[in-house]
Amino acid sequence: MSDFVQPTSFEFKAEALEMAKVHIAKYPEGRQASAVMPLLDLAQRQNDGWLPTAAMDYVADFLDMPRIEAYEVATFYTMYNLEPVGKHHVQVCTNLPCWLRGSDKIVEAAIRGTGTEMGSMSDDGLFTLSEMECLGACVNAPMMQINDDYYEDLDETSTESILTELRHGKEPKTGSQIGRKTCEPIGGLTSLKDAGAS
Amino acid sequence: MPKLTIDGIEVEVDDGLTVLQACEIAGREIPRFCYHERLSVAGNCRMCLVEMERAPKPIASCAMPVGDGMVITTNSETIQKARKGVMEFLLINHPLDCPICDQGGECDLQDQAMSFGGDRSRYAEEKRAVKDKNLGPLVSTTMTRCIHCTRCIRFATEIAGVPELGATGRGEHMEVGTYVEKTLSSELSGNIIDLCPVGALTSKPYAFNARPWELKKTESIDVMDALGANISVDTRGAEVLRIVPRNNDDVNEEWISDKTRFACDGLRRQRLDQPYVRKDGNLQPASWEEAFAAIAEKVKGTSGNKIAALAGDQADCESMYALKELLSALGSSNIDCCQDGSSMGGERSSYLFNSGVNGIEEADAILIVGSNPRLESPVLNTRIRKRYLQGGVQIALIGEEADLTYKHDYLGAGPDTLGDVASGSNAFAQVLKDASHPMIIVGAGALARSDGDAVLGAARKIAEDTGMISGEWNGFNVLQNAASRVGGLDLGFVPGDGSVGTAEILSGAMDVVYLLGADEIPVAELANSFVVYQGHHGDAGAHQADVILPGAAYTEKNATYVNLEGRAQRTQLASFPVGEAKEDWAIIRALSQELGQTLPFDSLAELRAKMIAATPSLGNIDEVTPAEWGAFGSDGQMSSDAFVNPIENFFMTDPISRASSTMAACTSARVQSTRARTGTHG
Repeated sequence: MSDFVQPTSFEFKAEALEMAKVHIAKYPEGRQASAVMPLLDLAQRQNDGWLPTAAMDYVADFLDMPRIEAYEVATFYTMYNLEPVGKHHVQVCTNLPCWLRGSDKIVEAAIRGTGTEMGSMSDDGLFTLSEMECLGACVNAPMMQINDDYYEDLDETSTESILTELRHGKEPKTGSQIGRKTCEPIGGLTSLKDAGAS
Repeated sequence: MPKLTIDGIEVEVDDGLTVLQACEIAGREIPRFCYHERLSVAGNCRMCLVEMERAPKPIASCAMPVGDGMVITTNSETIQKARKGVMEFLLINHPLDCPICDQGGECDLQDQAMSFGGDRSRYAEEKRAVKDKNLGPLVSTTMTRCIHCTRCIRFATEIAGVPELGATGRGEHMEVGTYVEKTLSSELSGNIIDLCPVGALTSKPYAFNARPWELKKTESIDVMDALGANISVDTRGAEVLRIVPRNNDDVNEEWISDKTRFACDGLRRQRLDQPYVRKDGNLQPASWEEAFAAIAEKVKGTSGNKIAALAGDQADCESMYALKELLSALGSSNIDCCQDGSSMGGERSSYLFNSGVNGIEEADAILIVGSNPRLESPVLNTRIRKRYLQGGVQIALIGEEADLTYKHDYLGAGPDTLGDVASGSNAFAQVLKDASHPMIIVGAGALARSDGDAVLGAARKIAEDTGMISGEWNGFNVLQNAASRVGGLDLGFVPGDGSVGTAEILSGAMDVVYLLGADEIPVAELANSFVVYQGHHGDAGAHQADVILPGAAYTEKNATYVNLEGRAQRTQLASFPVGEAKEDWAIIRALSQELGQTLPFDSLAELRAKMIAATPSLGNIDEVTPAEWGAFGSDGQMSSDAFVNPIENFFMTDPISRASSTMAACTSARVQSTRARTGTHG
């Protein structure tokens, strides 16, 4: 584990508290523990993208469930970061479809663009680079996720330019980087061309 | 009832059983790691695979409910291959460190690898390594050996009621532990050592002490609380190396408390190994003859009504019987086996756990009065929790509020609330009335006080008014917290008519006081009395004594104890008393001769015959002798002082556990863990 300090306490701010109640209300009475995942996510968002032990304790107590169960959930899912992450959490998919489409090159570009190694945070605290298992956007492989946004149909140039834009505080275009609309075929429609005509 | 064919054998089994249980009924042993009959089904080790007709692949028999007409094969080639395959996967990450593993010789993985595994490894890749966890002073961990059966997690969550263990991470990174470092806050944590099928969790105090085949196992009975848990005392030579539970479905199932299990190192420390006589204000080593002579000299000049005897919490029936006979020969009936000052005795149903331990599982409303069963009898508490988990039971507590490991209504702190329930003005009275098997559990916190008889009376009124006493069902229960208590009361080791009990004996009015292992008393009050202390540890009683007679601890004698439900059980001698110490009944018999009042028995068998003739229930070994309902308690005024639980520190309640360094480590670990934690811990 790298060096970082776990905060001693954690508490939802008003906005998160409001949302937490919305999530809990989705479940029957006495089943409030079902809301553990959205609440952990709320806690992570409030805490600059990572989940300290104090926050897991807080959520577990909030939901009246054993703390160890919150730890189990938080350690199981990769979406919960148990260590501090950079402002932009760059998550590159390296599973089979992305790999076949050249994710190795994307990883190299990402390492150049972020200036850090895989699995660690850049010295300026701007980027954390992680290797991810399938993120479910295989149709537009290769791809990466930065915070909540997907960047698809990547190549080395587009990857580096996205990271450069982020470095300069700009908002790069999300989704496909080659102009494709969602997951339509690259060369335009090949079937159902006259759909809606009749 | 479904009928199955298992390996060609037809069996008819109860509905709701699993295929694995049905196979056992058919006499087929199914290998398993994660399955345990007292825990929920996990189905994650896959060792219990069997073939089922018309199923495309082997099924996990532990998780498959039986169905009518199932045809099961447990010994086909497919199954042997499946087991071998599972075994190979389990061993991929398991280190080959059996020679240095404490589980060796009693390891499920070792045994089953011998029976079902292959004879070589095909795995040449890297094995995973897991950091060991610190679970406190009792459980030693080697987490690399863990096969993720999750028995320990399920035990902590389900049986012990302290959900502190869990599986964090996933896949290859899964680890069993507490995530943040902490000592398990259970009084039953030692049981996960027995449950662990591999060497991941082993006993810390017993680490690297012995191999199981070096040990002599002696079946015996625990005396750390009044439950009378069945134990096996494992000795090598003269030393008690460890204590492990024996299964008894009617008493302790297969659990024992940490004190029962780990206090045995106290048997090696602070022992009284020879007689002592106080000369010139100091205790001097003496011979038995000198000790007896000193007592005889004092007793011969003392009238019977100035002689008294107190039996401690671990006194056995034989020695209490002998002591009672001796005192009555000396003309005294100033005897008491309730060193905590509770006035009990007389009607047998007034001091028994009448419903029996199994009865807890039938109760549908439970009122606990002046007791913390979690500390006074942790294993009995697991029964209440078991009942709670089945649902449909309401539990309420009067006394000190505590985390009992199950939800309960907290009614109030003292006799006032009890009075409200008795008069019906508290809503819980109606709950008890509506219940089909209502139960009240009265603890020492409510009875060991000056108004104990009135509290008993109020409890009895509740029992009678809410229908706890009807036909087969008797829901009136007293939770004794001393192993000797019920036996002593059965023997009538209580003050006779016109005689005095604990309170007066301790007021210093007696000239001679005979303490039979009584330590948890304000001994300084006896400064003006001539104190004879017979016991096995140099504890409070011995410090005050004028003559010390070294006796035997519970592992060193054949003795009868009666548990809180009225079940007579016998300990067996596992090792001999240390030094010149003797079995307790024999000391009293020898002393009686010196006093000119020779008791009429020369052997344990003769003593037992006489004792059983006087109290037949003591001869009913391993069986509960139930009690008839009768009149007891009084209508007197109860004081309004809140009930105070008798046990402050669970780990140190008797001379053995106070001498135990393991129990001392538990005490300090528990104190530390209750201190405020900061976020940087762990």
